[in-house]
Amino acid sequence: MSGKPRLTYLNGRGRMEPVRWLLAAAGVEFEEVYLETKEQYEKLIKDGVLLFQQVPLVEIDGMKMVQTRAILSYIAGKYNLYGKDLKERALIDMYVEGISDLMHMILMFPFAAPDAKEKSLDSIKDRAMNRYFPVFEKVLKQHGQDFLVGNKFSWADVQLIEAILAVEEKVPGVLSGFPQLQVYKTKMSNMPTIKKFLQPGSPRKPPPDAHYVETVMKVFKK
Amino acid sequence: MAGKPKLHYTKGRGRMESIRWLLAAAGVEFEEEFIETKEDLEKLHNGESGNFLLFQQVPMVEIDGMRMVQTRAILSYIAGKYNLYGKDLKERAWIDMYVEGTTDLMGMIMYHPFQPADAKAKNLALIIERATTRYFPVYEKALKAHGQDYLVGNKLSWADIHLLEAILMTEECKPDILSAFPLLQAFKGRISNIPTIKKFLQPGSQRKPPTDEKMVALVKKIFSF
Repeated sequence: MSGKPRLTYLNGRGRMEPVRWLLAAAGVEFEEVYLETKEQYEKLIKDGVLLFQQVPLVEIDGMKMVQTRAILSYIAGKYNLYGKDLKERALIDMYVEGISDLMHMILMFPFAAPDAKEKSLDSIKDRAMNRYFPVFEKVLKQHGQDFLVGNKFSWADVQLIEAILAVEEKVPGVLSGFPQLQVYKTKMSNMPTIKKFLQPGSPRKPPPDAHYVETVMKVFKK
Repeated sequence: MAGKPKLHYTKGRGRMESIRWLLAAAGVEFEEEFIETKEDLEKLHNGESGNFLLFQQVPMVEIDGMRMVQTRAILSYIAGKYNLYGKDLKERAWIDMYVEGTTDLMGMIMYHPFQPADAKAKNLALIIERATTRYFPVYEKALKAHGQDYLVGNKLSWADIHLLEAILMTEECKPDILSAFPLLQAFKGRISNIPTIKKFLQPGSQRKPPTDEKMVALVKKIFSF
């Protein structure tokens, strides 16, 4: 068995993308298995490989891990991206949870009914600009440091740069009122492991398209 | 500043109940400030030193000099502080996985009172199906596999407390829901008898009752939805 973590999911962002980001940011190479048919998924369930019959699945260090947050917490802990003590971990967790709520809106967007899409996009824009980005703009302004927590690169930074880029795909110019975040975006994008992940040919997945939505429906529809 | 954590939420279970459970199980006394009107919520948004709610949301828990928000972050902090999070990274991974499962199950139950009337029966059926075919079998199997009293590392952890909460909540939906899970029945008895938890399960504790129509109406009013 290779030492590399193995990711099982569809060939798209979905709930696995933050895991790809975090492993990549930590400089960890990984393998991927893509679910393309219902039969593949049902076989995984039948083989008892999915603890709660769901993906993402990440095979890592002898464990078959499921549940995105559990997976991300483990990776963050293992690769020293989780702060130096309980209080820094608390801050990282708070920031990550907030960003996850925003990312969840983006995750669900492709599956909204056509007549609900505009409203959904407005919500994403509103939340990003009025609830989430102001918090991180303020945090960065207050301590003047390069990273969100403890003057050190952490899971929170990886999550935030992922979110900034994802929102920008839907709302170009969303950072126009956030000068600290603009500088932050450049800094994070230039960190060597992240820079590599942002280049073509990396494991980063493209934004979801009609084909991705179709595959999701096909694989998971009862 | 008092040493006790202070919880800001409505008088209902909602997203704060798991936090009450965990603090109580850890033997930590806590205070509660209840949001009973829209104005109470406004006060939190516009506290003397500005907004007390990082993302404009509750739960919010004042603890150790922090104003913590985001349920999972709060629970993780409490679990870590009171040694209910396993002894190493791998035990923590298992606890996290188990807790995420019970969170998904309890999430369904939390939303149930807010479902439209014509969707309630179907939703209840789904809760029962998920409990008995997706979630409880996992915990029954885990207990069977190692034969120990607790889910992870032969020691009480956040995962056990969360599972007991989920069992009791699901039993409120269907009293005999554990009928096919003998080990979970024994688990329920055992964990319920831990002194701090036993105390929390008695009348007069800070445990909140199931959400009724009145609470649904109040929540909708306070949070404008």
